[in-house]
Amino acid sequence: MRFKPKNLFWLIFFVTILSLLIDMPRQLPLNFRLGSFSFSQTLYRPRFALGPLALPRDLDLKYGLDLAGGAHLMFVADTAGLSDQDKESALQSLKENIERRVNLFGVTESTVQSSHQADQDRLIVELPGVVNVSEAVNLIGQTASLEFRQEANLPPEATATATLDDLFAIPTGLTGAHLLRSQVEFSPNTGEPQVGLEFNREGAEIFQKITEASVGKRVAIFLDNQLLTAPTVNEVIGDGRAIISGQFDTKTARAMVAQLNAGALPLSLELIQQRQIGPTLGQDTVQKGMRAGLVGLGLVSLFMILNYGFFGFIASLSLFIYGAITLALYKLIPVTLTFPGIVGFLLSVGMAVDSNILIFERFKEEIRAAQPWAVALEQAFGRAWDSIRDANLATLITGFILFNPLNWSFLSTSGLVRGFAVTLILGIFISLFTGIVVTRTLLRLFAAKPFKIKVFSKEKTKNI
Amino acid sequence: MSIKFMRFRIFYFLLSALALAISLFSILRFGFRYSIDFTGGTIWEFSLSTSDAAQKIEEILNNESLPLSSLDQGLDQSFLLKTNPLTTTQREKTVTAFKELDPAWKELRFETLGPSLGAELLKKAIVAVFLSITAILFFVASRFGGSIYGISAILAMLHDSLILFGAFSLFGHFFKAELDTLFLTAVLTTLSFSVHDTIVVYDRIRELGQKSRSLEALCDKAVTETLTRSLNNSMTIIFMLLALVLLGAPATRWFALALLVGTVSGTYSSTFTAVPLVLALNSLKKSPKN
Repeated sequence: MRFKPKNLFWLIFFVTILSLLIDMPRQLPLNFRLGSFSFSQTLYRPRFALGPLALPRDLDLKYGLDLAGGAHLMFVADTAGLSDQDKESALQSLKENIERRVNLFGVTESTVQSSHQADQDRLIVELPGVVNVSEAVNLIGQTASLEFRQEANLPPEATATATLDDLFAIPTGLTGAHLLRSQVEFSPNTGEPQVGLEFNREGAEIFQKITEASVGKRVAIFLDNQLLTAPTVNEVIGDGRAIISGQFDTKTARAMVAQLNAGALPLSLELIQQRQIGPTLGQDTVQKGMRAGLVGLGLVSLFMILNYGFFGFIASLSLFIYGAITLALYKLIPVTLTFPGIVGFLLSVGMAVDSNILIFERFKEEIRAAQPWAVALEQAFGRAWDSIRDANLATLITGFILFNPLNWSFLSTSGLVRGFAVTLILGIFISLFTGIVVTRTLLRLFAAKPFKIKVFSKEKTKNI
Repeated sequence: MSIKFMRFRIFYFLLSALALAISLFSILRFGFRYSIDFTGGTIWEFSLSTSDAAQKIEEILNNESLPLSSLDQGLDQSFLLKTNPLTTTQREKTVTAFKELDPAWKELRFETLGPSLGAELLKKAIVAVFLSITAILFFVASRFGGSIYGISAILAMLHDSLILFGAFSLFGHFFKAELDTLFLTAVLTTLSFSVHDTIVVYDRIRELGQKSRSLEALCDKAVTETLTRSLNNSMTIIFMLLALVLLGAPATRWFALALLVGTVSGTYSSTFTAVPLVLALNSLKKSPKN
């Protein structure tokens, strides 16, 4: 693991350039004018692709709901009175059904998560962007309705223009309440996957009547007034056990079963949390946060240069590299940036600088102890390392408790708290790299020989 | 060459005692303003431009028999309203009424939370704080080979958190600052920062301890050698946070301020609480033998 400083320098240089390329926005218009000379050019971010090996990331910074605007909804499902087995399949069906409804709503990158916390079965729906939330809440909160309908006898000329509702206009009175459950089965003859339906006694009677009237015709199944499927009836079924076959692979059969069960085991939902951020408020937070961050970084650099001269300049340089690598990693991983996340990042900047301050103060001490320059430089890094390691480990402990990687239910799983923890933990690791490896390499190369710095010479005369 | 910092340790304790007393007084006397994160309720931020807007908003809520716990007017005719958890129907009715007042009514933020969820969040936050404290206690004790260091570091941490809570009780009383999830995140960060700083000083004591000296002289030397670093480091963090407090968005200002208070207190405590505590605990441990 011993690299020559020169090789390490080129490695750092390469990593920095690569990070800066990743950090670039898609397009970067450059326009400036100097007397009669004017320059206008748009820089494009290169596409990172090696033949067929394209990078599976779009390299755009992802913003959380608090910054991009959008709605966060938490529902509790009423699962009382269901057996454990039914509960599991009911929740799975509920989740898939709600995903379908949310997709109907036309929101891109929406997420539906289910979680079991505090003895409640919860469903968390996140809808980024601007949406009519009241409408979305109503749509999502609806209890699923499953309905069987018979084919109407339309004259042939009307069939071409008929809507689904016209086509299957005859209500049967058979609903999800009559369906006990639906499951994936495999045909004993062909081994192909098929979907089995099991009705209760009342349902079986109605289903018998339907099939008697519809042999050779289709019976349609509607979920939330959307057509799921319309199989043709082959024979009269009297035992309440029906099979839909012939059009499935395992995956589509499972999807069909989930949708049927959403109607068979309908769960009512209660909205317990709603957070909605307008897009302007989020933009305001981002802009002000960025501005504050830049001013803060500028002040820190100035402080370091005033305090430590050339060393401070090197520290500021590695701080810049730190910023570039961090942003690149946010895009590569990708990390969804929330407001607390930005604060976590700024805080880790403080820790990155701290490593350097520890080292520089050590260096001053070694010089005071009349060590030769080069020895002092190496010892400063060696001796400061213990403190840096222990101090950062303590921060990592808190970071991991906040991040809650194992999803312990007695700890927070809130996205905002996690956003903070992620950037803090990443920051600690990157700052260890830039604060030590980068600074040391740069100093070995550019400060190998002693030179006079006001601060150092003053201290020297005081102490020797 | 070292400055005899520890000779004046009684003053450091007195200063800490004063800060702790003020914090405790404020917490007991004024308590906290809890945000809806912990109590449940609705926060609604919107812009509405009409004459006597505040009064009309109050009337609309009265019609729905919703108690208004606070209504603040910001810039550009924007309002921040807090009330009990709104149901979807109540919300729709209120929106219609707002739009009658001002067709250009615009929603900026809407949050609502049931009370049971709030209590659950608070419980989780407290568990996280205690888990952190225990983990760090074991970490410090194992690193520095003695419970005295672990206990002193934890006491310094508690000192910082109590001051942070006290400060927010005062801010809450005078400037309506609220305790929310972000605040508790700030508390946890303060805890880790405080230990971060303390460990650097303890580390120096451990390193110097290889030459035999009295513990007090050791502490003096360690503090002398680390004080510049500690101050410089805190200055950089303070610069960052000050920029956020002064230039950041209003929604996040209190969070940055909480971190700022924690940083200042953490810097003080790592040198002037954690180290004198080691001396005090050490003499306590020894005195029964003498």
